[in-house]
Amino acid sequence: MIWDLHCHITSGFPGRTPEERMAQLIRFADRMGIERVCVYMGMKTIVDPNPKELRQQNDEVLQALSHWHDRAFGFVYLNPNYPEASLKELERCVRDGPMVGVKLWVACRCNDPKLDPIIDRATELQAVIFQHTWFKTAPVAQGNDNWTRLGAGNAPGESSPQDVVELMKRHPKASIICGHTGGNWELGVRVVRDLPNVAVDLAGSDPTRGITELAVRELGPERVIYGSDIPGRSFASQLAKVHGADIAEAAKKLIFKENLKRWLTPILKDKGMKP
Amino acid sequence: MTIDVNVHLSHWPFRRLPGDEPAELVSQPRRLGVQSAWAGSFDALLHRDLAGVNSRLVEDCRRHGKDFLVPFGTVNPLMPFWDDDYNRCREMKMPGLRLYPAWHGYSLNHPEFVKLLRKAAGDGMIVQIDLRLEDERTQHPLVRLQPVAPAPLPEVVAAIPRLRLVLLNHFGILKPELLSKTIAAGQVFVDIATVEGVGGIAKLLETVPAARVLFGSHFPFFYFEAAELKMKESNLEPAIEKAIRSENAKRLLTGSQ
Repeated sequence: MIWDLHCHITSGFPGRTPEERMAQLIRFADRMGIERVCVYMGMKTIVDPNPKELRQQNDEVLQALSHWHDRAFGFVYLNPNYPEASLKELERCVRDGPMVGVKLWVACRCNDPKLDPIIDRATELQAVIFQHTWFKTAPVAQGNDNWTRLGAGNAPGESSPQDVVELMKRHPKASIICGHTGGNWELGVRVVRDLPNVAVDLAGSDPTRGITELAVRELGPERVIYGSDIPGRSFASQLAKVHGADIAEAAKKLIFKENLKRWLTPILKDKGMKP
Repeated sequence: MTIDVNVHLSHWPFRRLPGDEPAELVSQPRRLGVQSAWAGSFDALLHRDLAGVNSRLVEDCRRHGKDFLVPFGTVNPLMPFWDDDYNRCREMKMPGLRLYPAWHGYSLNHPEFVKLLRKAAGDGMIVQIDLRLEDERTQHPLVRLQPVAPAPLPEVVAAIPRLRLVLLNHFGILKPELLSKTIAAGQVFVDIATVEGVGGIAKLLETVPAARVLFGSHFPFFYFEAAELKMKESNLEPAIEKAIRSENAKRLLTGSQ
């Protein structure tokens, strides 16, 4: 069976309410053999949510989870540009609520010290921390200023795997999942290679042959986690990265389920939830 | 039965893809149920000797995939001798061409490109246009390509009635409205290789008639399983699945409407 680290309830699913969209998500998950899903962020895509929007985004996920606690885990969406509001949301949704992880996206690069209290508290709560990362190539239209540097095409608040490395040097006891394997995965994998507390998420990029083989070669299968990034992506293209990889069956089992389960087990146990 | 209209031989310029030797390129899709695959060559992206690329492609198809691999040679209409490359493709009995406007740097209304389309239509050659091989965000920074501008397509297609055109890797390049117009303009087909989003093929069928959709994997650049699983995820009616998997491609190949 398969656990999916990376799902959303944005407009790629039909439905006017989080519950309706979640029902669609589960329908497709059933079709594709997905047993459990991690869900984060709300009905709308908001890049730099203010405190009110953050709360609404998380409320929508709580609503989506309400009928699917046996199938879905929630991650609280936080914005380091609003540290106090983020800590409040962390307490509300993780300490006092059913959520088990933290989602950090593109409002603020993760090497910023504003993340420190969030990482410290999330680590205390044993929440799984997920940070979006990319190394985007600058588009042609962007001009020629410094365009060969890694991540030259990233948005201003968008983290790269190098930012994750800086963050982790300040928080050696924390563990974090490096979202999208940095997009340009040949680079992302190598950048985080020496940090054993960092795992990579395979989600949300083209199903380019070799991504999983290289991640397993460099990190070992225990640090590679399957995710889809639906509904913007298909389950299909992302599942193919593991189903189609030239790696051992035992490694596929780790990537598809056992690694994520291992990351989630401490907080699930703490909350009295069944893994 | 499955006909895969979108595979490549030889080597992607920026990395070795697992199992990209011709023998394995043939064995994996075969093992997964593909009966025939239309193949271009990655060498055509940057090599200047396209005549050499095309003859190697034919030879590799013959040697490693006889009755399985179907060669689609490449012509660059910006080259002054493109008609010679074109004629050699015909002499080698290729059923069609695969063109790379982003890699060869021409617009879809460039006069030489339009001339090439007219010639191909007149000779009954299928034309595949590969619109985007790789996500721009992952391109090598020293080889960044201008995305193909698809706006001229409906007018160009409408002006060449006998043209049989396949748009490979179209997803994200043609927005639904333009895609719909382009499909309506003539005998235009799209493949599923880069179609994304949950239930993506079912969503594509809201814009494109099932008779114009082809099974393409973009193998070996993509894991072959992606295309196969997309079919499953969209849970298509058996008749529609059959059309996409093989019937549409067979019809296209024989030139029947």
